[in-house]
Amino acid sequence: MDAHVKILRYNPEVVGEAEWKTYTVSLEPTDRVLDALHKIKWEQDGTLTFRRSCAHGVCGSDAMRINGRNRLACKTLIKDLNPEKEITVEPIKGLPVLKDLVVDMEPFFDAYRSVMPFLVTTGHEPTRERIQSQADRDRFDDTTKCILCAACTTSCPVFWSDGQYFGPQAIVGAHRFIFDSRDEGTEQRLEILNDKEGVWRCRTTFNCTEACPRGIEVTKAIQEVKRALIFRRV
Amino acid sequence: MPSPPHHPGRMSEIAAPRSSSRSRNLKGGGRNRSGQTNFELYSWLFMRLSGLALVVLVLGHLFVNLMLGGGITALDFAFVAGKWANPLWQVWDLLMLWLAMLHGTNGLRTIINDYAEKDQTRFWLKALLITASIVVVVLGTLVIFTFDPCLDPSSTLSVCK
Repeated sequence: MDAHVKILRYNPEVVGEAEWKTYTVSLEPTDRVLDALHKIKWEQDGTLTFRRSCAHGVCGSDAMRINGRNRLACKTLIKDLNPEKEITVEPIKGLPVLKDLVVDMEPFFDAYRSVMPFLVTTGHEPTRERIQSQADRDRFDDTTKCILCAACTTSCPVFWSDGQYFGPQAIVGAHRFIFDSRDEGTEQRLEILNDKEGVWRCRTTFNCTEACPRGIEVTKAIQEVKRALIFRRV
Repeated sequence: MPSPPHHPGRMSEIAAPRSSSRSRNLKGGGRNRSGQTNFELYSWLFMRLSGLALVVLVLGHLFVNLMLGGGITALDFAFVAGKWANPLWQVWDLLMLWLAMLHGTNGLRTIINDYAEKDQTRFWLKALLITASIVVVVLGTLVIFTFDPCLDPSSTLSVCK
C-alpha cells in the first residue's frame, strides 16, 4: 500500500522557515513510522535527518510528533495511524530544532542532571550489595522505566511556554531516587524540585502520561513528589 | 589523574554535575537558585484549600440570597442592609471577598507566568494585577465594616427610624 508521509523539514543552512514536504512510500501496514522514514531517506531524499539508534523502543532516540502526538517512530505502526490519511511527522516541540527532526536535547539533559540522577549515600560503602525489600523496590518501579526520550517533557504545555521548568522527565528521574530506600539524597532533591520552576509549575494536564512510550504514570509521579514535599515524608 | 578521594558524611558537598548553561541560555538565562523559599508550595496549597472553602461559602451565599425567604425578588438594598447588621454575614462576606480575591489573583499570577514571554510584560502585568487586587480587597473590606444603611437622611428603611 502507498502511504503519504508529510514531514516538517528545516535546513539551518538555508534561510527561511521550516516547511512541510509530502513523500509517498509503499509500506506494509505492519511497518513502523521509522521504516517509512528510512525508506524516504534511503530511496528518495538522502538529506532527511532524524535520530535513531536501537530502533526497538529502548534507546529513546527517535521521539517525534506523529499525527500531533509525541511517540517513538520505532514503536508506532502504520496500521495504527489510519494510513488512508496523510501521516504528519514533526520534531518534538519546545526544544530548538537543529535540522529536520533533530532537536537540541541539551536543555532537557540539563534539567535531568540538575536533579542528581545518581545514588547518594553517606558512611562507609558496604562490602555487600545494598539489600532492599520487594515492597521498597516497588515504590519507584514505574519511574525506573524511563528511557530519556523527551516525549513527556516536550508534550508539556508549561514546558513549551517556560523552558526553565524542569519538565516531567526530570521529576520522573528525581522520583526514581527520592522513593528509593537506599538513597540518602532525598532532602536535596526535594529542595531542588521545590524551586519556582519545580513541581509546583505542573498543571496536571496529563499530556506527559499520555505521551510516555513506556507507559510511565508521569503525572502520578509528579503528584507523589508534591505530596512528599508537603508532608516532608516519603 | 586519579579521582579525588571520597569523603563519607559530606553529602552537602555533592553538587549536581551541570553542563555549561549555554543551551539553557537559549531560553532566557540560567536558573536562579537563590532565595529558595516555600512560596510556591504554600501558594499551591492555598489554591486547594481556598477552593474548597469557596465552594461552601459561595454556594451558601447563593442559597441564602436567591432561594431562602422571598428568593431573588426580595433581594434589595434593605436585604443587604439587614444582612450586614449581623456579624455572621459580615465575617462570611469578608472571608468570601478575601479568599476569592487571593484565589483569583494567584490564579492569574500563574497564568501570567505561563503566557507572558518577556520579563517586562510579566512585571507590568503582575504590577497591574496586584494593584487591582489590593484596591478591590481594601475597598471591599472598608465597605463591609463601615457600611451604614442610614447614610441617606431621607432613608425610609425601618432600621433608620
